[in-house]
Amino acid sequence: MDAPSTPIPSGIEGALDVTPQTRPRATYLEVLHDWIVTVDHKKIGLLYIGFALIFMVVAGLEAMAIRIQLAVPHNSFLDARSYNRMFTMHGTTMVFLVGMPILFGFGNYLVPLMIGARDMAFPRLNAFSFWVSAFAGIFLYFSFIGGLGLAGAGTAPDIAWFAYAPLTERPFSPGHNVDYWALALLASGIGSIGTAINILATVFCMRCPGMTLSRIPLLAWIYATVSFLVLVAVSPLTAAQVMLLIDRYLGGHFFDTQAGGSAILWAHFFWIFGHPEVYVLVLPAFGFANEIIPVFSRKAIFGYPAMVAATVGIAFISLGVWAHHMFTIGMTSFGNTFFTLSTMLVSIPTGIKTFNWLATMWGGKLRFATPMLFSVGFLFQWVIAGLTGIMLSVSPWNWQLHNSYFVVAHFHYVLVGAILFMIFAAFYYWYPKMTGRMLSERLGKWHFWLMIVGFHLTFDVMHIPGLLGMPRQIYTYEPDRGWTLLNQIVTFGAVIQAVAMAIFVYNLVHSYFAGKAAGPDPWDAWTLEWSTPSPPPAYNFPVDPVVASRRPLWDLKHPEDPDSAFE
Amino acid sequence: MLWNVARSCCLSCAALLVWPHWPGNIFSTSSTPAREVHGLSLFILVITGGIFIGVASLLVFALVRFRHRAGDMTEPPQVFGSTQIELAWTIIPILLIIVLFLGTARVIFAVQDAPKPASALDVTVIGHQFWWEFRYPKYNVVTANELHVPLSDPQAPTPTFLKLTSADVMHSFWIPRLAGKTDVLPNRVNEMWVDPHEPGLFLGQCAQFCGTQHAKMLLRVYVDSPQDFQRWIAQQQRAQQSGTPDPAPSPQGPNLGNDNPAAGVPPNTPPTRGEIAAQLKESSDAITPEQGRRVFEEQACMNCHTISGTAANGRFGPDLTHLMSRATIASGIVPNTPENLRIWITTPDELKPGSLMPAMHLNDLQNAQLVAYLTTLR
Repeated sequence: MDAPSTPIPSGIEGALDVTPQTRPRATYLEVLHDWIVTVDHKKIGLLYIGFALIFMVVAGLEAMAIRIQLAVPHNSFLDARSYNRMFTMHGTTMVFLVGMPILFGFGNYLVPLMIGARDMAFPRLNAFSFWVSAFAGIFLYFSFIGGLGLAGAGTAPDIAWFAYAPLTERPFSPGHNVDYWALALLASGIGSIGTAINILATVFCMRCPGMTLSRIPLLAWIYATVSFLVLVAVSPLTAAQVMLLIDRYLGGHFFDTQAGGSAILWAHFFWIFGHPEVYVLVLPAFGFANEIIPVFSRKAIFGYPAMVAATVGIAFISLGVWAHHMFTIGMTSFGNTFFTLSTMLVSIPTGIKTFNWLATMWGGKLRFATPMLFSVGFLFQWVIAGLTGIMLSVSPWNWQLHNSYFVVAHFHYVLVGAILFMIFAAFYYWYPKMTGRMLSERLGKWHFWLMIVGFHLTFDVMHIPGLLGMPRQIYTYEPDRGWTLLNQIVTFGAVIQAVAMAIFVYNLVHSYFAGKAAGPDPWDAWTLEWSTPSPPPAYNFPVDPVVASRRPLWDLKHPEDPDSAFE
Repeated sequence: MLWNVARSCCLSCAALLVWPHWPGNIFSTSSTPAREVHGLSLFILVITGGIFIGVASLLVFALVRFRHRAGDMTEPPQVFGSTQIELAWTIIPILLIIVLFLGTARVIFAVQDAPKPASALDVTVIGHQFWWEFRYPKYNVVTANELHVPLSDPQAPTPTFLKLTSADVMHSFWIPRLAGKTDVLPNRVNEMWVDPHEPGLFLGQCAQFCGTQHAKMLLRVYVDSPQDFQRWIAQQQRAQQSGTPDPAPSPQGPNLGNDNPAAGVPPNTPPTRGEIAAQLKESSDAITPEQGRRVFEEQACMNCHTISGTAANGRFGPDLTHLMSRATIASGIVPNTPENLRIWITTPDELKPGSLMPAMHLNDLQNAQLVAYLTTLR
């Protein structure tokens, strides 16, 4: 938005900032110092995102090592221990050092801007949370050079990302690999809980005048829900890490089966965190879709109250489904029946969301810029991931599919096909706001199409070895099982995805210096962040904006047809 | 893109139905619990497939029909929602879920709460890092890695009920063509059953990450005809002879077996120390099963392995009493040949790095003797 030429219906005009954005050039040291001591929510958001991107590349390389190893049976590219370390670190990194930080990064950046606030509720807690999480990441990766050093892959954890007891107890995992894992997750959990408290307080206490809870963008609703889930779900994980460390160093027997402890107890603790965690990761992706799909369909989101209800519904149901990760662990028939039903129930609110996105597109004028392309890819893949999720919720079928490559394919459909695709969409959509430059659309289309082809080659095909009995987390396999060709196709797809990822990273860097200037509102969008300059100044809004509807900038641009007349 | 997705789905389904004889195909079942699951999974596939086709067609239609046309500068009509429509796409999925749930619940109870017939065979499965121990309590038989179960006649079923537990960490017992998997936990006993209707060899492997060599914790199940099964049990029940396997030991021959020292030596003419040493030297150079047994008992082998009928009664490693009745060694990873036995004993890491079997540091002679002995354990 440059200068609005039409009369302005509400108090929004105060938010339009005409302050000059020029400052004397800072030295590198000053810049560095500024980034380290900053408490600005936007800078912390960018730190989170940058941190997550670095680890995404690292964990992506680990995935490539895994795929090279599995390309032929009895491969010797990695030995057994190194392979086990690769998939443990790949999973742990992607969940705790990529997924959570990148989503918190976008949340940090966007939530205050979208609700018309100048910063998060607790700026210093915000900085603390980030640096604790960053420490956790560096600490976890120090395990590669700690201990035996790089040649022996150090003492990196090799216990799988869910670290089932009693493999993590000292008789089975001597040395410090489990300690690195447990302490890193403990620290990262503290950071996550800090940010969750912060986002909750921000959404509930920092909204600008007129921004009632029924008017905040759906993304803000989603981040509030996610933060609630983080508070409830990360705490048991933190407790479990403490219990594990007590077992290992203070003679406890929580999970020490040789002294009467319980292996199932750990599984319960882990999955009561682990399943809500899936929704902690996927709900922000839904949030991005809630913002991006309407703008590129040129229509208001269909069924805002239903979307809010579905979000909160998913959060509550997700707290009662954890044992569907444990259908084979020996629960009673009643237990299996209960968790089958509760898991199937998740599909109702997620179905509502899917249909609402469809209805938002229905009757619109769809513009297929890169953010929308990724959103459409997300919709397709999310439907498929949801349906394979229903298959897995059927506990008798789960007895076959559990811990097979079918499960690996299913959750990568969620994590890559849905979440990563929406993260890409979010980058293409909000990068102009964050940097003032557009990402290259040409490279963006290359990125999208290569990603689509690579993704489907990899993860569609990956379901089949699971149906043919291939368990996950095996460093090699027998040539007579009929898995070889399928694994080769999967590896080939992974290479294509790696190329797409390289194009994306190049686009991020190149466009920062050479991208087209974005202006404050390149997508002709409707939420408050687009009323600020790109990038927004440290104080976001010179005065508190005043809003009268869910789409304040629509009201501004269409005074003849304001939303405020209908809500 | 949709075309890609749809085509790859169809292709994968077709592939599974056309090539039914891949060893781990969960759609090529030959035992009751796996069959129940198979039927249920087809039912679920049809419903979810229908949902996918419905939603995907709507999406494709919207993408094509509602795309922005060049030159169109107007905004479309703004629609904010509709309670009726929201209700419709809430209630229809609820009905679908009721159907899915009831169909599933029936199979859960049918499989998990199936009554155990009196004719059922009991087997105890004990998971170890990284091999399987099988015990037949009724027959007093212990074996490893290769489970034998009887074929079950649908008219007079003889299912096998497995009690599963672990000696160390968590494992999971999975033979895809016979039944779904059941986790094998320490300090807990889980149960499952199979009712196989087709003889033959069924392959599987550990399905719960259990440490370094999780990948090579393979599993073989032989479904034998009832006669073959009884023959196998009878053979497994035989103890090995503890003394020399030679049926007619020569009175002059060396006999230093620790169980029967007086058998071969005349009682009134004790040999001189020099004679004993010479005999010992001569005999210990011979590559005979008897010398191999001595190596087995003098080295650390018997600390971990049992050979019933001899002094060896270790419990940490697999029972070797009828080693040669098994087709593979090291939990199914290589054929049970003398050469592989030799490699396995000297350098287990060559076949299975990280296995808990230590490299025994025997010299070539001892190794050859040991293999000569092991190959007699039929």
